[in-house]
Amino acid sequence: MSVDPKFYLALSFALFSIGAVGLLVRRNVLVMFMCVELMLNAANLAFVTFARKLNDVGGQSMVFFVLVVAAAEVVVGLGIVVAIFRRRRGATADDFHLMKG
Amino acid sequence: MLHAAYLLPLLPLAGFVALAVIGRRLGDPWAGWIGTAAVAASFVVACIVYAGLLQRSGQGRVFTQVLFSWIPVGGLHVDAALLVDPLSMTMVLFVTGISTLIHLYSIGYMRGDEDYPKFFLYLNLFVASMLLLVLGNNLVFTFVGWEGVGACSYWLISFWFGRESAASAGKKAFIYNRIGDVGFLLAIFLVFSKTGTVVYRGPHGIFAHLSAFGPGARTAVCLLLFLAAAGKSAQFPLFPWLADAMEGPTPVSALIHAATMVTAGVYLMCRINPLLSLSHPAQVVVATVGAVTAFIAATIGCAQDDIKKVLAYSTISQLGYMFLAVGTGAYEAAIFLMVAHAFFKGLLFLGAGSVIHGSHDEQDLKRMGNLRRYMKLTFVTFGVAWLAIAGIPPLSGFWAKGDVLTNAFARFPALWAIGLLTAALTAYYMSRLMALAFYGDDRWRAAVGDRRHAGDPHESPWVMALPLVVLAVLAAAGGLLSLPWHPASVDPLRWLGPVFGSNLYTPRQAASTKWVLSIVDAVVAVAGLAVALRWWVRRPDHPALEPVALQRSWYLDDVFDAAIGRPGHAVARFAAEVVDRVVIDGAVMGVARLTRSAGAGLRKVQTGYVRQYAVGIVFGMVALLVYMAARAGVVH
Repeated sequence: MSVDPKFYLALSFALFSIGAVGLLVRRNVLVMFMCVELMLNAANLAFVTFARKLNDVGGQSMVFFVLVVAAAEVVVGLGIVVAIFRRRRGATADDFHLMKG
Repeated sequence: MLHAAYLLPLLPLAGFVALAVIGRRLGDPWAGWIGTAAVAASFVVACIVYAGLLQRSGQGRVFTQVLFSWIPVGGLHVDAALLVDPLSMTMVLFVTGISTLIHLYSIGYMRGDEDYPKFFLYLNLFVASMLLLVLGNNLVFTFVGWEGVGACSYWLISFWFGRESAASAGKKAFIYNRIGDVGFLLAIFLVFSKTGTVVYRGPHGIFAHLSAFGPGARTAVCLLLFLAAAGKSAQFPLFPWLADAMEGPTPVSALIHAATMVTAGVYLMCRINPLLSLSHPAQVVVATVGAVTAFIAATIGCAQDDIKKVLAYSTISQLGYMFLAVGTGAYEAAIFLMVAHAFFKGLLFLGAGSVIHGSHDEQDLKRMGNLRRYMKLTFVTFGVAWLAIAGIPPLSGFWAKGDVLTNAFARFPALWAIGLLTAALTAYYMSRLMALAFYGDDRWRAAVGDRRHAGDPHESPWVMALPLVVLAVLAAAGGLLSLPWHPASVDPLRWLGPVFGSNLYTPRQAASTKWVLSIVDAVVAVAGLAVALRWWVRRPDHPALEPVALQRSWYLDDVFDAAIGRPGHAVARFAAEVVDRVVIDGAVMGVARLTRSAGAGLRKVQTGYVRQYAVGIVFGMVALLVYMAARAGVVH
């Protein structure tokens, strides 16, 4: 017995929306970072779902690329976050607007 | 002997190179002697080649020496080759001979000039260019010499470029010559497109393909080359540069007027005689322009106060005579006058230089007077040249001018009348010059009074006097070259016959007609002379005889200024003030201003808040999704 793919897609949509909204509304850099991870994994879920549905291994292999990108992002992103937290305690994302034009 | 011909242009060129390398170290006066020796050696070679040519006869006197293949491109094949024939050798002999004398004279004249070696360097290059021009066996090679002569004249006229007037006179000469050069180039193109060759003579030459030219093309080629000749030989309306060229040192004036440069145009027209003789319209144009130039320049010469300017306009006038002869078809007469003119005009300029040198750089005739008491040798030699150019028998000018006028009388009676009038004017203005400079009172005393190194006018050193004497002998005896009753075998200039052949205009005139014409010439000359001496010896100022229109050379410079100079200036000013400042600067500055204002507007987008960027991304993504869904037909 297999679950209808639309449930997987609904779950993926829900996860993505949670991630996107979280990214927009939260100020904490660490939480925003987790929201990005949530969105990436929602995309992964959609990839796998379509791979199963269309019987195409391309979607599953794409997941590995996304995982690699996510891992790389974690390394760089966490490094930045740690560096930020060392400099100033409890800083929010809005405190960093040095790139204002 | 003929194979030494390549040395003719090579020796002055070697002198040029030598002076360029070690001229500064040699200095004054050895650089001058080197330059003189180079040209003198060239003259010796010319005599040897001439002797070699005399040993042959008829067509054997045409000798081509190919130096190397110069431009072999497709159908165009141009050799660097020398054409040695009676015409070119006549030119070479008097060019090298008179140039040698002028070089010798310059050793004395230029003494003390800080650019002494450079002067002889240019002189040598000038002579070398002229020899290339004369000896070239095709139009393109001739053109090289033609341009070389133009460039050297520019350098030499503006030799004292520290003076504003000298610098602009050089530029003026160059620009007037460029106008003519356009004609030369177009003529070369036209000839090549019609015949496929640029060589003058020989089985594959232009003159062997005369039938390839239609009547229109013939006239066009002749008139284009005449444009070139008019620029180089200062014919109406391209003559003002020659008067301004007096800004150069006096030996340069002598060289330009007597031996090189201005005779090049006459030579070119004689060289293309087979073509010119086929085109009656071109002949009429050449003869008319020549006669008109002779007359206009003679009238201007009557009212000039600068001794060198009088001589300059007299050169223009004499060149007009030569073109009158060329247009008539009397090429021999043109060459005869050219040679005789080289003698007496070289002498006149060197004499004028001696006068200027002796009276401490004074050129104004009104401030001279009675110089015959102080400069006896200059007076005597200058006097010979004066009588020669005035056409007093039996000096060379009388025979040469008579030859031109006799032929003109038979073919163009109207132009003969102009020529005769000009002959009277010639005698008049030359006698005026003579009267003002050498007769009358010592007017220079009043003018010179307050000068520092003032002293009585003095005679020049021997290096300057010797050329005067030699040229005086030649100017007096030059008529022997071609006397009217000479048998053809003896007459030195009749050897030109094979060059011109049947193209030569030979009017059937009774001996009595020739006698009458000669007597008329002589009477007119004596009349002009007598009138001028009567008016000018006693009193140096006759304002009525020097109208402003003549002093300002018939306002020709003003006309050119109004017709070309000022419109050109206006165009340049428009380009500078409108095109450059508004259009070009506007475009450049406009791009910069656009970039800057766009940046100023767009920088507000960059807030620096990550979440605002994220909002942008999300909205963008949603928009993209909606668009793709619409494309796929999910949403209507």
